[in-house]
Amino acid sequence: MKTRFKTIAAGLLLTLGIAGIASCSTTASAGNDGATATTTGAGSADTKVVYRTLDEIKASGTVNIGVFSDKNPFGYVDENGEYQGYDVYFAERIGKDLGVNINYVSTEAASRVEYLETGKVDIVLANFTVTEERAQKVDFALPYMNVALGVVSPDSRVITSLDDIGENDQVIVISGTTAETYLAANNPDIKLQKYDTYANAKNAFENGSGVAWANDNTEVIAFSLQNPGYTVGIPELGSQDTIAPAVSKGNETLLNWLNDEIKALGTENFFHADYEATLVDTYGLDYENSLVVEGGVVKQN
Amino acid sequence: MWGIEVIFKGKNFLRLLGGLGTALQISLAAVLISIPLGILLGVLMAGKNPVIKAILRVYLDFIRIMPQLVLLFLVFFGTTKVWGWDLSGEVSSVIVFSMWGSAEMSDLVRGSLAAIPKHQYESAQSLGFTPWQTKIYIIIPQTIRRLIPLSINLITRMIKTTSLVLMIGVVEVLKVAQQIIEANRMTAPDAAFGVYLFVFVLYFAACFIPSLLARHLERKWS
Repeated sequence: MKTRFKTIAAGLLLTLGIAGIASCSTTASAGNDGATATTTGAGSADTKVVYRTLDEIKASGTVNIGVFSDKNPFGYVDENGEYQGYDVYFAERIGKDLGVNINYVSTEAASRVEYLETGKVDIVLANFTVTEERAQKVDFALPYMNVALGVVSPDSRVITSLDDIGENDQVIVISGTTAETYLAANNPDIKLQKYDTYANAKNAFENGSGVAWANDNTEVIAFSLQNPGYTVGIPELGSQDTIAPAVSKGNETLLNWLNDEIKALGTENFFHADYEATLVDTYGLDYENSLVVEGGVVKQN
Repeated sequence: MWGIEVIFKGKNFLRLLGGLGTALQISLAAVLISIPLGILLGVLMAGKNPVIKAILRVYLDFIRIMPQLVLLFLVFFGTTKVWGWDLSGEVSSVIVFSMWGSAEMSDLVRGSLAAIPKHQYESAQSLGFTPWQTKIYIIIPQTIRRLIPLSINLITRMIKTTSLVLMIGVVEVLKVAQQIIEANRMTAPDAAFGVYLFVFVLYFAACFIPSLLARHLERKWS
């Protein structure tokens, strides 16, 4: 009797163990690309309306907006406990134009898609880069910012084109970033020096172990402005991505309202004002036109 | 020095204490639910019914194998996807920590009961104690004494693990610390050390008080 229970228990445990491992790997991938849903109830999610329509939000008097609370200068909390930043400046305007109060929800990169899939927030405004993979799970509105790769190098030898990089030169990248994947895929001849963390890459670059450092252009621009003696020789490299607000898949009323709002705000140069209020301290005025997208229209270079 | 000054900028100090308060409220609610529930489950696990024992064993191991973060995601997002419940981050956290706490507690209770030597039961029986009297006067007092240090250990682990709830949007002490560090990224780039040092002091204080209490009780009852 006792042994039979042991066998049954062992069998159950094994099953649970496999389930456990499966869930682990699901979460792990959610962490990596920030856009994977857990498999729980994926079937039923399609049939159920999780989101609130524009009218429902207006009637409730509060809009739930998911923002970062620790990504200065895009979304952060100041010393008085108030949300601030480029995304928040836009969120405040959305609240005002909808005529409702804003409930900010502190989101993490890894859970932004989940919040929309479950309708726990109405809008995500958290430095959300538009990708095809994410667009299958959420609906992106028109963009309000550009992101691309950038390359920073010392003033003594400014790299203004990838051709400036000699065959013995090494370029510093952070593992797992778009800079690494882009250079490895498009310029396989360039030797990469890879670091796991931002701090290590920064140290190595400052110690001169590479001729240049490739990363998101917002990151390298901020670095060059804080550290005299370095110049961003290549401010835009590779495919240009955009940052946009996102709503739950299928929430057309809210999506259309947001698109109209972004177009209307373009007439008053709202996002330039946003940049000047929130990003100018970090990026300076030089990059205003290359980073800001006004009226949802991305300029082609 | 070390960026400690940013802790006293604006309302930062109060925000950190508020964050600690949130973490402690979640752990306290979970402890109040999981200790009685854990004792009940532990007694059942130490009992003779094989079906109940098997079910509880599976429950315990399920909770143990699952990382707490997965459980938090399952309860917070999963219940919305499957049943359409809209649980807040705080409620989801209390549910997960109560599930975890009661599972761990039940195993501690089972272990403590099993550790009581058989002769204690036999001696009590030969002295004319009924089974209920044996439990109340002989077994339970000895079990509780064994349980005190073990459950305090569990409580401090629960307090420390609340740092995971920031993943489901609950702003607790660690999240406030990260917010403060990031908000001062430009003006005080080395603030991380000072702020985390302060968070360490807060966690230490929160976990040291239950430890002191446990030591006091142990001394009193030994």
